[in-house]
Amino acid sequence: MKRDIILCGVGGQGILSIATVIGYAAVESDLYLKQAEVHGMSQRGGDVQSHFRISDKEIFSDLIPFGGADMIISVEPMESLRYLPYLSQNGWVITNDKPFNNIVNYPELEEIHAQIKKIDNHILINADDIAKEIGSPRSMNMVMIGAAAKHLGIEFSSLIDGIKFIFGKKGEEMVNLNIKALEAGKAFAEKFSK
Amino acid sequence: MEKLLFLGDEALAQGAIDAGMSGIYAYPGTPSTEILEHVQKSKVAQERNIHREWSANEKTAAESSLGMSYAGKRTMVCMKHVGLNVAADCFMNSAITGANGGAIVAVADDPSMHSSQNEQDSRIFAKFAMVPTFEPSNQQECYDMVFHAFEMSEKHQIPIMMRLTTRLSHSRSGVVTKSILAENELKLPKDSRQFVLLPAIARRRYKMLLDNQVKFEQESEMSPFNKYIDGKDKSKGIIACGIAYNYLMENYQDKECPYPILKISQYPLPRKQVEKITSECDEILILEEGAPMIEEMLKGYLNNSLNIKGRLDGTLPRDGELNPNLVKQAITGQKTEMNLIPEEVKGRPPQFCKGCGHIDVYTSLNEVMAEYGDGHVLADIGCYTLAALPPFEAINSCVDMGASITMAKGAADAGLFPSIAVIGDSTFTHSGMTGLSDAVIEKTNMVVIISDNSTTGMTGGQNSHALDRLVGICEGLGVEKDHITRINPLPKNREAMAELMRKEIAYNGVSVIIPTRECVQTLKRKLTKK
Repeated sequence: MKRDIILCGVGGQGILSIATVIGYAAVESDLYLKQAEVHGMSQRGGDVQSHFRISDKEIFSDLIPFGGADMIISVEPMESLRYLPYLSQNGWVITNDKPFNNIVNYPELEEIHAQIKKIDNHILINADDIAKEIGSPRSMNMVMIGAAAKHLGIEFSSLIDGIKFIFGKKGEEMVNLNIKALEAGKAFAEKFSK
Repeated sequence: MEKLLFLGDEALAQGAIDAGMSGIYAYPGTPSTEILEHVQKSKVAQERNIHREWSANEKTAAESSLGMSYAGKRTMVCMKHVGLNVAADCFMNSAITGANGGAIVAVADDPSMHSSQNEQDSRIFAKFAMVPTFEPSNQQECYDMVFHAFEMSEKHQIPIMMRLTTRLSHSRSGVVTKSILAENELKLPKDSRQFVLLPAIARRRYKMLLDNQVKFEQESEMSPFNKYIDGKDKSKGIIACGIAYNYLMENYQDKECPYPILKISQYPLPRKQVEKITSECDEILILEEGAPMIEEMLKGYLNNSLNIKGRLDGTLPRDGELNPNLVKQAITGQKTEMNLIPEEVKGRPPQFCKGCGHIDVYTSLNEVMAEYGDGHVLADIGCYTLAALPPFEAINSCVDMGASITMAKGAADAGLFPSIAVIGDSTFTHSGMTGLSDAVIEKTNMVVIISDNSTTGMTGGQNSHALDRLVGICEGLGVEKDHITRINPLPKNREAMAELMRKEIAYNGVSVIIPTRECVQTLKRKLTKK
C-alpha cells in the first residue's frame, strides 16, 4: 500500500490541518509517513504545497517524483492545476471549486473548471458551502478529506480518530462538527462519482 | 525508546536535548527556525533550564555557544546558510580554538532559494574552516548524528558542523528516540590558553588543527553514516551525499541498484572509500545537494584523470535542488513524462497580510517618493521586502541583514538625495545599529524608516529584541531626539506619515522614523493562545 498525495492551496488556508488528520490516521494504522512542508515567505498568501507520502514500506524521498502522485487534494481550484506535473497517469484531482482570489490576473473561473474537468479522475466540490451548511465554515478542510476518503487507502474510522485527536482539546462540539464535515464530504464524493 | 513524528529540524533539536545539551543559541531564519523553537516547546528543556532564548544575530549566537563550550557544557548554535556569513568570524576562529564541551554548529541550507537570497553550500565553509561535518539523509539520522557529533566534538576538541537542507529541515517523519543523557558538569579547559588566539598561540593551535585532519578522516572512514553498498555493474559508481541518497534510492524502491553506491553523510571525505569506488568503476556520478563540492575535488582543475559526471558537465543542473526525477535522468538518460501546467494557472507571489502596518508605511512612502522619482529606497530583509513586488514596487535593494542603512549611507555619500533606508525592528537589532552609528558620526543626510511590527514576522513571530527599545537605542547611538519620531501606521495616519517623511527628508542629517504597530499574525496568535 502506498499513497503519494500533493496537498495544496494558498498560504493561510490551513492545508496542514489536512496533513495532520491524515497523518495521525496513517501512523495509527502503522504506516510509514513522510511529509514535506513549505515554511517561510510563501505562507503570506502565496501558493503553498505539501508532499504527503504514506506507505507500508520504508519511504526514501521526501519529495514525490513528477508523474508519481496518486492524488492532488487542493483547497483552491487554480492551485489544483499548478501541480499537474506531479500527477500520475490515473491519478485523482480532488479540489474545492471556490476560488481564493488575491491576485489581479486571476483567470475566469469557468476556464479553471473546464481544465479540471478534462482530467479523467476528478472531484470538484463546493467545500466552503458544504461546511457553511453544517454550521462550521472553518471545517472546509475536513470536507476535503471526506471527499478524498475513498481513495486514501485508510479506514474511514481512522480518519474519525484523527479528528478526535486533533480537535479533542477544543471540545466535543468541535469534534462533532468536524466529523459531520468529513461525512458530508464523503457523501458528496459518492454522489459526484456516480 | 519512543517513535515520534518530527521535522528534520525538530529531530535535530530532540537529539540535542537527549544528548545532554545545556544551551542552544540562534537567530530565526528559514529553514532553520524550528530547531530552537522545538527546544522552547520541550518540557524537558524547561525542567533542565536549557538555555533557549533567541540571540540578536548569528554572530552573538555563535559566540555565546562557544562560551558555553568553553565552560565545558554541550551546546548548539543554529542558523540558515547566510546566517553563517554573519557568524563566520567566530566560526572560522572556533576551528582553531577548538571546543571544550561538545559544540555543534547547525546550518540549514536553502538550495533553490525557497526563502533566501542565495544558495551557498555550507559544506564549503566547513571545508574552509577544516571542521568535520555531518550531513543527515533523513530525520532519524538528524537525531542519531547529534549524539555522535557531541562525542566526536569532545574527543577531538573541535566544533562540528551539522548541515541540513530545506527538504529535510521541513519534512516530517517517524523518529525513534533514545534515553536522555545527563548534562556535562561545568569544567574549564585543561589548557587555560586554548581559547587565547594570540598569534604565537594561534600558530600552535592551527598546526594542531592541520594535524587533526588525519584523525577526522579516520572518523569518516569508520562512520556508521558513510556506507559503501556494492553493486555488480561497475560501468558506473554513484556517490550520493546527504538527502541526495534518498532521491537515488527512490529510484530503486522495488529493485536493487546494479551500481556500487557510496553514501556520504560525514566529512572530510572517507578517502579510502572514495578511492575504492573510483578505482572500481569506469565512471562516477556524483549526487550532491547544493554546490558541486565533491565533484570539483575529485575532478581537479585540469580534469585529466577520472570520468566524473555531475553538475559540472551538465549531467545534472548546475543550480537548484535535486529531486528523484533529475537523479533518474542522470542515471538512465530517460526524461520523466509529465503533464504540463495549463496556461490558465497564474503566479501567486506572497503578499502583505490584510491590515499589515507595512502597507500603510509604503503607501505614504510611495506618495512622497513620487515627488523625487524612482531609485531612492534601500531596503532590507523581512516581510517588508515584499514591497519590491506589485502593487508597491517601492524598494530598490535587498542584500543582507542591515544593508539598508549602510547602503543608504553609501548612496548618500555618493550624492543621492533623498536617500531612504527601510528596515524592520528585528533586522535593526540584528545588524542595523552599527550602520546607524556610522551615519550619526558623519551626520549623513539620510532618513531611516524602522518599520516596527514588534516581532520577527517573516519567520513566524519570534520575540524581537527591539521591542519597546527602539527610541532608546537610537538616542543612545546619538541620533538627535528631535529627529526620532514614532507614529502609528494606520490608514487614517497615512497623510501625517507622508508629511513626517517630507519634513525629515528636508532635514540635513540623520532622521529616524519609527512607524510602530504589531504584526497582525503575531497579534492573532497571541489572541488565540489566550
